[in-house]
Amino acid sequence: MNIEQLHNQYKTSLKKENRLIRFYQILIFIVFFSSWELFSRMKWIDPLIFSSPSKVWHLFIQKLGDGTLLSHSGVTLFETVLGFIIGTLLGTVLASLLWWSPRLSRTLDPYLVILNAMPKVALGPIIIVAFGPGFPSIISMGAIISIIITTIVVYTAFREVDPNYLKVLQTFGATRAQSFREAILPACFPTIISTLKVNVGLSWVGVIVGEFLVSAKGLGYLIIYGFQVFNFTLVMLALMIIAVFATIMYQLVELLERKLIKD
Amino acid sequence: MSFLKIQDIHHTYFSNQTAATALADISLDIEKGEFVSFLGPSGCGKTTLLSIIAGLFPPTSGKILLEDKPLNADSDLSIGYMLQQDYLFPWKTIEENVLLGLKLINKDEGLERIKTLKLLSDVGLGGTGKLYPRELSGGMRQRAALARTLAVDPKILLLDEPFSALDYQTKLKLEDLVFETLKSFGKTAVLVTHDIGEAIAMSDRIHLFSANPGSLHKTFEVPDELRELTPFHARNHPQYQILFQTIWKELESLEY
Repeated sequence: MNIEQLHNQYKTSLKKENRLIRFYQILIFIVFFSSWELFSRMKWIDPLIFSSPSKVWHLFIQKLGDGTLLSHSGVTLFETVLGFIIGTLLGTVLASLLWWSPRLSRTLDPYLVILNAMPKVALGPIIIVAFGPGFPSIISMGAIISIIITTIVVYTAFREVDPNYLKVLQTFGATRAQSFREAILPACFPTIISTLKVNVGLSWVGVIVGEFLVSAKGLGYLIIYGFQVFNFTLVMLALMIIAVFATIMYQLVELLERKLIKD
Repeated sequence: MSFLKIQDIHHTYFSNQTAATALADISLDIEKGEFVSFLGPSGCGKTTLLSIIAGLFPPTSGKILLEDKPLNADSDLSIGYMLQQDYLFPWKTIEENVLLGLKLINKDEGLERIKTLKLLSDVGLGGTGKLYPRELSGGMRQRAALARTLAVDPKILLLDEPFSALDYQTKLKLEDLVFETLKSFGKTAVLVTHDIGEAIAMSDRIHLFSANPGSLHKTFEVPDELRELTPFHARNHPQYQILFQTIWKELESLEY
């Protein structure tokens, strides 16, 4: 009969809907940047503070040409990726330790609550004094901001794994390490991935704040420098680049998610 | 000497407020190759007893001897345990799931592997090895769980209501499959159930438990005519109805 026809109709309507969504997304993009440009040129907003897309673009080309942009972005990207990886990894390791020893977990519980509630960027000055003004401090800032929340979220996920999976392993005589490897960790991959997504954002916060405080290089430095010399085009440029990089990192995590999680 | 000897088992669960005795004074023997059922109302401690036999936790007092040796004295896998649901690991393929027990003792290569994959086709799951559990029906998943349990070649199989989560038709088919598979491998098995019919159709002997505290109330021998039949055919035998009525009355009397 016309099942095939109906199916095709359904597919066309689906495609139409998708195209419509894409259209609106592009529309928002165009409207945002063109009105920014327009408002700035018409002086409806202060062009000194809000700059304009064309000025940002020119600065981008210029900074790209003299190589400074690449080196600043490279530094920040390196610090963020490293901080992100260290934070997530240490957080997961800490969560594993807590799972391993319920006594340790009960003992540390109030301290974790305190550390989690505490604004980590406030530790900035201490970190800088401890590690010196440079890479190590900034990477530590990127890591420390995500480590405790990772620990708490991942540990909670570890504990919520269906105990019957452990029962299966226990009847096979599995050791605690084997139970961890075969059941706890793989069962929690989805949670770990979703903390990765949160940590992408957090690491950027840590690194940018770290660069505000000490650095002579990086996108955070460009923002502070631009602010001090009242060059807001530079600030906007740095912000744009951060937005692009953060999005790319997020997309990479999603790619990893699709690779790792088959359900 | 008995194959599995359960001696004076007492078990009490402790919590901050209460100490609840789940099992009191349980002693029974199971011979090699026998199929025994623990039947009783919920809360009679039958699953607790099964967990103790499986070595999941020690009893408050009493002991369990398998071939005259205390359980867990040696680390080889003498116990196979099947749960109410299959609990196949969703991130592993059927093949990886079935090989799990062997993997834990580093024996999932070579001959053992081939034997295990043969087991998979014995339970009617040939060709599903590369699939994930979610791609299988409930009955198929429980069959895979059976293969996983048998893969480590346990001396005794503990079945904790393994058919209770299945629809009736699948349940009947699986009862036959489990029955025949265990008979052909000559395995000893203990089935925990609250289904009188299932207990009669599958077992050689039925231990009826009463609750508060869980204790052994009465033991029924299943007549030879029924033992030789597969569960499906046993259900149609006149002797089945007679035994069903006897156990039914006994269970009713327990409630008051």
